Amino acid sequence: MSLILILEQSLNGLQFGLMLFLLAAGLTLVFGIMDMINLAHGSLYMVGAFLAATLVQATGSFALGVLLAIPAAAAVGMLLEVSVLRTLYARDHLSQVLATFALILIINELVRMVWGTDMPLSAPEALAGPVQLLPGMPYPAYRLLIIGVGLAVALLLYFVVAKTRIGMLVRAGASNREMAMAMGVDIRKLFTLVFGFGAALCAIAGAMLGPILAVQVGMGENILILAFVVIVIGGIGSIRGALVGSVLVGMVDTVGRAFIPHLLREFISPAFAGAIGPALASILIYVVMAGVLFWRPQGLFPARG
Amino acid sequence: MKRQLIAIAAGSAVAFAAAFPASAADKLKIGFISTLSTPAGALGVDIRDAFTMAIKHNGGKLGGLPVELTVGDDQFKPEVAKQLAEKYIRLDKVDILTGIVFSNIMLAAVPEAFNAKIPYVSPNAAPSPLAGKQCNPWFFVTSWPNDAYHEAAGKHATDKGYKSTYLIAPNYQAGKDSLAGFKRYYKGKIADEVYTKLGQLDYAAELAQVRAAKPDALYIFLPGGMGINFIKQFVAAGLSKDIQLITPGFGSDQDVIRPVGDSMLGLIDTAHWALDLDNAVNKKFVAEFEKEYKRLPSVFAAQGYDTALMIDAAVKSLKGKVEDKEALRKALKGAKFESTHGPFKLNTNQYPIQNYYLRVVGRDTQGRLVNKTLGTVFKDHGDAYVQDCPMK
Repeated sequence: MSLILILEQSLNGLQFGLMLFLLAAGLTLVFGIMDMINLAHGSLYMVGAFLAATLVQATGSFALGVLLAIPAAAAVGMLLEVSVLRTLYARDHLSQVLATFALILIINELVRMVWGTDMPLSAPEALAGPVQLLPGMPYPAYRLLIIGVGLAVALLLYFVVAKTRIGMLVRAGASNREMAMAMGVDIRKLFTLVFGFGAALCAIAGAMLGPILAVQVGMGENILILAFVVIVIGGIGSIRGALVGSVLVGMVDTVGRAFIPHLLREFISPAFAGAIGPALASILIYVVMAGVLFWRPQGLFPARG
Repeated sequence: MKRQLIAIAAGSAVAFAAAFPASAADKLKIGFISTLSTPAGALGVDIRDAFTMAIKHNGGKLGGLPVELTVGDDQFKPEVAKQLAEKYIRLDKVDILTGIVFSNIMLAAVPEAFNAKIPYVSPNAAPSPLAGKQCNPWFFVTSWPNDAYHEAAGKHATDKGYKSTYLIAPNYQAGKDSLAGFKRYYKGKIADEVYTKLGQLDYAAELAQVRAAKPDALYIFLPGGMGINFIKQFVAAGLSKDIQLITPGFGSDQDVIRPVGDSMLGLIDTAHWALDLDNAVNKKFVAEFEKEYKRLPSVFAAQGYDTALMIDAAVKSLKGKVEDKEALRKALKGAKFESTHGPFKLNTNQYPIQNYYLRVVGRDTQGRLVNKTLGTVFKDHGDAYVQDCPMK
């Protein structure tokens, strides 16, 4: 087990964590501020990826395609909020889960009708291959871009939430909605805005992850589970929690997958290690989540005081 | 939609039964159950499209009898497939059942056919238990035994002289079976054997380990979205220059080539069929499929087409007398026909004996990415379980 490999796997963990952060940030905003369980968040991620794939193809430029996909997905998200989700705010969480689960099925079939089951989306030519980070450690250039975009989005969110008036309203809405309404905040407009913003983050996630993941119908469901784990660990509604939670999940998952099977082989018989190693590695993040729920049920950085 | 279809089918079955005495076989009733919705639906759609096209281009008939086809979506759920099979057999009184894609779903539904003594012709799933001890006279396979592609890949890696091969599959039964199939015919060293999470998204950790292990070749069994993710990431990591990636044929067919794109170039796989197989049936099939559906057929489509051809040949040899189920079963067992991959031949366990080909992803004359045949890996290859099957 060389040092280079450990370094590379840590970078992989950070990268996977920031990948999850792109999706979890939007989810935690919507869940925390609007108190709305939106299972269709993954569908917006899928719509964002398909929009990006289409626009990249149409414009011939990766950057331009992705930049155009963001407002387009935000528009889809706001349309969804105004037309369907708005009526669900007053309902309990079970109705929201049922309705947004129905939305997953409907949007999946709609996307299949519009685009077909899948779309190609590749990294721009310049970033398609690996770059030499250290001697003996090539790293995919595109994954470095994901790390960069993830950090940039985290910074941008921090700035918007902590330093702007909109961010102040968002924080007020997250920590005490009734009080914010009593102080004259137009919650309806704020919610539509937040939802659109969440959808825009989905589009960034979908477009950025498209070149390394499959752009296909149903792509949102798989990653949504991880995003929920992230926001439960981080504390619902907290951007900082989402960042810490996603990097934690990314690290634990990657390092677990990379090293647990090998570590086990040192101590117990290879056949037994081969059987339980992968199983143990794949449940590790859920063990972490269970631990957080046990000792800090509010998550690591709860948004509500 | 599905419910409506069933209602129509059930309604027409009742009307039909009232109008004619039961013995008059002037129709061939086929129940087709497949996974048509959900993200896993693409394979079932290909099988169905090819199957219905074969009937349509045959004037709506198979073996001279007009076909009454009932199609149902199992929604990727074993219990739904079981209910549909029950309904088709007991209510609609179908003559033949077919269509299911996934082994676990088929294993839930197929006992209904066995108990009712209705032939089931499998256009895809061909699990090893039904090839060996539990082989059944009412079960026919027109695709390939579940292990065959992996065995062919292992044989190719041996023939090519790869000294070490790295193996990756998801951590579930089919994943373990696939790598066992590969190892059955691979004589080189196994660099490592890694089982990943089902539905895994990011393979960066595994790819770093692969790079450190420096194998000659990498064999992956990662069906559906997992394979798409893996191949994209494998190429982006720059590993494709030093390590030959090998997959089973369904892991790099049209449904994977489309979303992955140019990263597929040069990928090696093994299958019993290819677009460019040089025989008259295949040429006709590929041309008609492309014209009908404006896309290239996958290996699953070819299997759906072969299934229709097999039923056609069997019913023809009976001169349309399908009401005697035992005779129909014997006719299917003895069906002689030219399939999309040449003359079709069944083993004693009613799984096919056929050739397996080495294919590489390249560009065709129109610049599209397709699988091209490189050579033959196995000639007249059966399966490893047939000796356990008591059928003769």
